[in-house]
Order: sequence, then C-alpha cells, then structure tokens
Amino acid sequence: MKKLIELDINGRIYEVAIDARDLLIDVIRNKVGLTGSKKGCGDGDCGACTVLIDGKPELSCIKLAIASQGKKITTIEGLVKEGGQLHPIQQAYVDHGAVQCGFCTPGMILSSKALLDRNPNPTKHYIKHELSGNICRCTGYKRIIEAVEAAAKVWSKEGVQ
Amino acid sequence: MEKKDLKSKWNLTPEGWNLEGVPACQDENRYTQVGRSVPRIDGPIKVKGEAIYTGDMTLPGMVYGKIKRSTYAHAIIKNIDCSKALELPGVLAVLTGDEAPNKWGIVPQAANETVLAVGKVRFYGEGVAAVAALDEETAEAALELIEVEYEPLPVLLDPFESMERSQEVLIHEDSKGNIMHAGEQVYGDVDKAFAGCEYVLEREFHTNYPQHGFLEPHSALASYDAQNGQLHLWASSQIPHYLHRQMSIVLEIPMNKIRVTLPTIGGGFGGKGEAAPSEFVACLLSRKVGRPVKVVYDRQEVFYTNKGRHPCHMKVKMGLDKDGYIQAVDFDNTLDKGAYSGWGIVVLFYTASMIHLPYKVPNARFRGRSVYTNKPSTGAMRGLGGVQPRWALECLMDEMAEMMGISPYELKLKNAIESGHTCINNMFVPHSEFKKCLETAVKKSGFLEKQGKLPFGKGIGMAGGYYITGTAYTLYQNYKPHTTVMIRVDTEGGVTLLCAAAEIGQGCNTVMAQMVAEELGIHYEDVHVQSGDTEIGAFDLGSFASRLTYAAGAAIKMACVEINQRLKETAAGMLGVRADQLVIKNHEIYSMYEIKKRISWEKAVEAYTSIKGTLVGMGNFSPPRRKGIDIISGNRVQGANIGHSPTFGFSSQVHEVEVDVETGRIYVKKVTEAGDCGTPVNPMSVDGQVEGSIMFNIGACLYEDQKLDVNGKHLNPNFHDYKTPTTMEMPEMDTNIVESYDHSAPFGVKETGEGAVQPTFPALTNAIYDAIGVRFYNLPITPEMVLRALKD
Repeated sequence: MKKLIELDINGRIYEVAIDARDLLIDVIRNKVGLTGSKKGCGDGDCGACTVLIDGKPELSCIKLAIASQGKKITTIEGLVKEGGQLHPIQQAYVDHGAVQCGFCTPGMILSSKALLDRNPNPTKHYIKHELSGNICRCTGYKRIIEAVEAAAKVWSKEGVQ
Repeated sequence: MEKKDLKSKWNLTPEGWNLEGVPACQDENRYTQVGRSVPRIDGPIKVKGEAIYTGDMTLPGMVYGKIKRSTYAHAIIKNIDCSKALELPGVLAVLTGDEAPNKWGIVPQAANETVLAVGKVRFYGEGVAAVAALDEETAEAALELIEVEYEPLPVLLDPFESMERSQEVLIHEDSKGNIMHAGEQVYGDVDKAFAGCEYVLEREFHTNYPQHGFLEPHSALASYDAQNGQLHLWASSQIPHYLHRQMSIVLEIPMNKIRVTLPTIGGGFGGKGEAAPSEFVACLLSRKVGRPVKVVYDRQEVFYTNKGRHPCHMKVKMGLDKDGYIQAVDFDNTLDKGAYSGWGIVVLFYTASMIHLPYKVPNARFRGRSVYTNKPSTGAMRGLGGVQPRWALECLMDEMAEMMGISPYELKLKNAIESGHTCINNMFVPHSEFKKCLETAVKKSGFLEKQGKLPFGKGIGMAGGYYITGTAYTLYQNYKPHTTVMIRVDTEGGVTLLCAAAEIGQGCNTVMAQMVAEELGIHYEDVHVQSGDTEIGAFDLGSFASRLTYAAGAAIKMACVEINQRLKETAAGMLGVRADQLVIKNHEIYSMYEIKKRISWEKAVEAYTSIKGTLVGMGNFSPPRRKGIDIISGNRVQGANIGHSPTFGFSSQVHEVEVDVETGRIYVKKVTEAGDCGTPVNPMSVDGQVEGSIMFNIGACLYEDQKLDVNGKHLNPNFHDYKTPTTMEMPEMDTNIVESYDHSAPFGVKETGEGAVQPTFPALTNAIYDAIGVRFYNLPITPEMVLRALKD
C-alpha cells in the first residue's frame, strides 16, 4: 500500500507516494530526484548519505522516509546560496583540496555544517570527533579538517547561516 | 616551488619569463600553469552534489538488473531453475552463465572468468544468475525465486592447503597443483654472494587481505540499440579501454559497436581496474530486453566480488658485506590468488621486480607462485605488487641495521640508488632523488635523535619506497602507443582536450588541463577536458600503474607542437617576424627579440581558423620498451619485462607511534613523508595523493582484513566490521615534495599516486618495534597481537 506523504526538503514541499518501508535516501534520490546524497554502504556505516534533519546530521540510508514527515530536511543541493554561489564550507572544500573522488563529499560537507552550527569555533579534536562518522578513502582527511577550520574562520567572522 | 628570481640572467623578458632555448632545468620560472596548486576543475560540481555518478543516472525506459549470488564457496552447479522468477510480474528477463560463456580477464593469456558461473562456483557470492525487472524490489524478489542446486566441493582457503590438497580437488581443471603460475628469476650468483657476506638474515613475512573500500560501489548502466546494434555503457571503471575490449569478447560484437563512457567515478584504488560482472550483466540484459539496464552493487556485493590485495607469504633473505652493502637478496613468495586469475602473472612478477629498487642489489633470486583459493580473486590494489615485498624488505633491513649496530637510515642511504642506475634485470632509472627523500624525512622528523631513545611505548620507524610511473607494455600483445590525445582549438569551443583518460577522483582532468595550458601558453581555466570516453576521446589504457600524468603529459606535449607551429606561422605573417622567433605565453604571441611585436593568442587563433578552420593537434605516447634480461649473462628472464617503467617515483616515511600497553592499541601520532614525484604539476593534488596513501595503508597495516569462515563465507562484508580509518585515526602529517626534475619526462613529472603507499607498512612496523621491542611478521598488527607479544 502506497501512502502519500509530504517531505520538506531544502525548503520545498515534495508530495511523494511511498511504501512504509521506503528509506529516506531512496526517496530523496529516486522519487524526488536529488541525487547529491550518496548511498555508499546502505548500513549507516560510511556517512555518504548524511542529510540534515532539523539541523542535525542523520544517516538517510537507515532512516524511514515516513518518519521524516513534518521535519526540515536539508540535502547538499540545499546548501548552495542564491545565484548558485557556494556556501563557505563548500568553497573551503574546493580551495583546500578537500575533494577527490567526491563521493563522500556531500555527506562530509553536511556533517561539517552541522558541527559548525553547533560550535562555530571548534578545536581540531572537535572537528575530528564530529566527522568520524564519515568515511573518506581518498584524502586521508587532512585537507577536510583544514577546510572546516578555514570555514570556521569565515563563520565566526560573518555569522553564516 | 622556489620563488622566482627576478635577477636571474635567464629572465630576459619584462614579464620575467624564460626565452626559448634556455635549458628548462636552469630556469625555475619555466612554468606558469604546471607547478601551481590550482583547485580541481571538478571541485565545484562535486561540492554542490551536482556531479553525476553512474548510479545517479536515469534513462528513458530504464530497468534494473540484479545478480543472484552463490551461497557456497566451491560447488558444482547441478541445476538452475529460473521458471518461477520469469513468471513474476515485472520481470523482463533472466540471464545465466551459459548464455555468455566467453572468458574474460584483463590479461588475455590468463582470462578464465565468466560473467556468471558456468558449471561451478569458485567463491562465496559468485554470480550464478541475473534478472532484469521494472524496479529494484521486483528484481530482488525474483532473485529469491531462482532455485539453484549445488553439490558442494571442499573449500580451500589457504594457498598452502590448496597446493597440498590439489590431488583431491582442483579449483580450475587446467591448473595443476592449484597453481595459477609459478616462476623463477635468477640474476648473478646468489649462493656465492651469500657465502661472502658478513651479515645474513632470513625472515618470513605474512600479509593480510585488505580491499579497496572505494565509496562508490560498482555501477553500470547499459543501453543497447537493437536497430543499429550499438551498445553504450556508462560504468564506474578505471580502465575504459580494457573494459571495452573485454566487452567485445564477451558479447561477441565488434569494438566499434561499443562505446564506454565514464561518468564521475567515486574512487577506484585498483578495485575498478578490471572489468566487473555488473558491467557485463548490464550489457547482456540490455541486449536481451532492448531497454537500458542499470546494475548497482550494494556494499556486500562489493566485498563478495572485490579484487583486493594478494595475501603474500614471503621468505626473504638478505646478505650484506662487512661495510653494509647489499650483496644478495633471495626472495620466495607464495601469493593467494583467490578464485580467478585476473591480473594473472602480473602481480607475481611485480613482487619479483620490487627486489631491485630502491637499493642496489647485485645478485638476486626470486621464486614465486600464485595459488588459487576459494576466495574473491585478488587483483590490483594501490601499489600493486609493491606493498608486500616492500614491507618485508624494509623491515628486514631495519633488523639488519640493528645487527650491524648502525642506524637504518645509514644502511638505507648507503645502498640507495641514484639517477642513471641500471638494475641487474635491466630496469633503468633515469632519475632519482631517493637519497634526498631519505634525508628530508629523517631530518624533518628528528628520527636520528629519537630512535631508540623514546620511553617504552613510544617509538619511531622509517622506511623508503618507490613505484613505477606507468608500464612498458600493454596487457595484451601489442605495441601501439599507450595514450593518444587530440587537442581542438577554434573560436567557438576554445581549447578542448579529447582523450580517454580515466578521472577516478585522483585529479587527472585538472592536471591535464594544466599541462595543455602550459604547453599552449594559456591558462588552465581555458581548457575543456573531455576524458573517459572511448568514442569522443582518443585511445588511453586507463588509470593504473600511476601512469596518467606522465603518459598524458607526453602525448599532450606532442599534440601541442603542431598547434603552436600553426599559430606561430599565422602570427608571424601578421607581425612580420620569423615564426621561429615567436614565443607563446600568457595568451600572447610575441617575438623574443622585439618584444613590442606581439599579438593576442585569440587573434592568431581567429586568423588561422578563418582560413583553415578548426585547428587540431594529435599526440601520442609510447613508453621505452627495455627487455627484462640478466645484464650479466644477457639472457632473457621470464616475467622480467614486468616492473619496467619510463621513470620511477621515490619516497620515504617516518612514523611515530604510541602503543597503549594496557589495551594493545597502536596510535599513529605523526607521519613525516618526503616524496620525489618529479615536477609536482599540482602540488596540492600531490599532497592529497600522499596523505590519502598514508591513511590508506595505515588502515591496511593496523585494522583492515577480510575474514572468511571455514566455508568461505564473509564475516565482515560491510564497513561496520571491516574497519577503515576515520578522522580519529588520522595522525599529524608532514608531507614534503623534494625538489626534483626528471629530464627524460614530460614537464619533468613522475608518479605520486602509488609510491606513497609503499613505505607505510614498514615504517609503521619498525616504529612499533622501537616502541615495544617486538617485531611483527604478520599483518594487520592488532591489539590482540600486541598484548600477546607483550605478555610473552
């Protein structure tokens, strides 16, 4: 039995027909068509599927779509500012060489945003701790941490939302 | 890169650029685009989530393919009944192995894998059937309805057991003793050399079974056009050409009817360096149902079918004379091949070639065998064939330095090769800054002050390493150029590089844009890169063997000669000067003698194309093809062509660790690295490769190991139980690019993608020894092993 539900993704309401067992990642990718969120493991281990739900990083591959109704979901596509400008975190990732294959990047960036939302002046250890749920096999993490540190500087200066 | 010296006599133009005819090696400012840490050209779309990976694609009418997998590691297939699956509404087709029996494999002499198992399965999770259905759920349900009857066979999981029990059971009928291949390479007189040695040491080393862990699972989307017989495959592959070729063999359609396109690729590390059943199944099903078919593996399937690193069981013996110079190395290696041959003899003989560098070895003997077992086939994984022997040799040298009472640094520096070295197997090293790598890493880390002097539980260790920069030969008998590129210049498209290089995340598209821009005298942002397509692009072997920067660089240089010549001739006419006196830099063409005579590059392009039309330059690259011979006797040696390369990259690492003696946990605190990658085309990218390499092999040294139960079933086929390093395991990393320029290489470049993984295992193992006084000869070095060793 399909059920019609509403999902608030990146500030837009999507009406989608889903099964009760449908996972949020599959609905976002296949029904809504936002393919920026990635499915790396399907078990909630790698973090590539990370989205923000009411500002908190959540693993959309182990979350039911039906349980995400009435909440504000932010995917990587929702981070770009008006006019296609990069969010300061996105810009920092590009400038610091924190992107290689890019498959972990959307999830990593959303985890970075969540940690900076909570703590705009993070220590290196705090950043490492908060990003430890996102696996990256390419970069060795060094440049990702540097990018978050750089973004934090912009953050505390400009108070980015 | 050094800051430019404006007083240099070579900087004769107002802009401070060099003039043509100045030897490049004498001019530090020779490059404007190469040597710059520019951001990746695909960075913005990747951070926006707009990069399209294969799994993100949808085509009109597209359906989904899934593969039914074996629940036995070794069994005869008695019967496969697909009738119930076919009756399920929404199921369009079922495929079994006998419908596509042609064998595939990246090395044609050893090709012995079929798309789906035919007659027998040889590892747990091997594909036995596939379905195409309207949606994924239906496809999954259909798999459940396929009934397979098996007759189990003894499961052989250990190469020694496999050889021992080969009388009883053969994994492949045509491979006696369950040995895929056994080989021997002897150079000089090893036994005589050992007899004259002052120090001789022999040890056994056993490596583990890690896999790549690229985050994007294997994905393929195939669209077969029944009307014109044309097949288009989008795939997450490192090797569009070899995939193209094997697809043609398996589907029995000519290569010119197949087009392979690489969308964005989510990492490979060698794991996408062979064709994958997902790709064949997508194509076969698409041909069968006449609609596009997408096959995306889940993580478990990636583990089941992964072609990870060969576990190696190595006996290594080394002899030094009284002064510490290496006289002989004797190396015996038993490789665990897994179920199918894949890269065949290539990995076996790569391990053999690793004896010869980066130290001078006058006498060497290798005996090795690659043995079939009922595990997923092993194959290429970052630093193919190098990581295991490097670990053994560098650890052995550490131990021998202790025997001699000298620092391992002294021993390694003493034996390190230099530019122009010819190995005893005729491998030629045109350029090496290996000594500089050793010096830099040791000096910057304070190794000599710390080693042996840190408190118990803290330790420091070092190691050197090297890797090839591309191969000398193709994997099938052929002498064609390894890379061909085409550069198109006109007023509409600007500058476009068309090639078939595989951007798998390493950043080759950016590096190629920089090299094109350098050569054409424009900016890297001006270059459009069309890569990874066998139809749009020209020929390229793919991303493996750390070959791309060198190979593409050489081809690009060649392609630009024609373009620059035509533009100079055009500009010469417009300026009234001789073409051979013109210089092209920074979007301008000007006379090197009358610098006021100048014209914008775009004007020259416009003038040329308005008469002659689009300007096209072609370039290709063929590597030097030295033969693997014993340089003393002159005799050919089997497998000794493997390991030759146009040039070699070198590096050294120093690891500092802390061992928690209560829990046995090992914390890598700091890694100091120095690498000789020739000219770093994009230093930021080089650092990214090196940092990634270090973490990659810290993981394989301490945590990563695929575990199977006695029946060959996976115990950890997911990222939950198969532990890869996270940010919390990241040490402080100090990576250094040593000054280096290889005169024989385009732009002076060498590899960096795989060299930096080589010293990680031994540097870390040696550091653990320094911390707790225990030498480990098995990987991964787990807390249990540490605790047990401390107890003993």
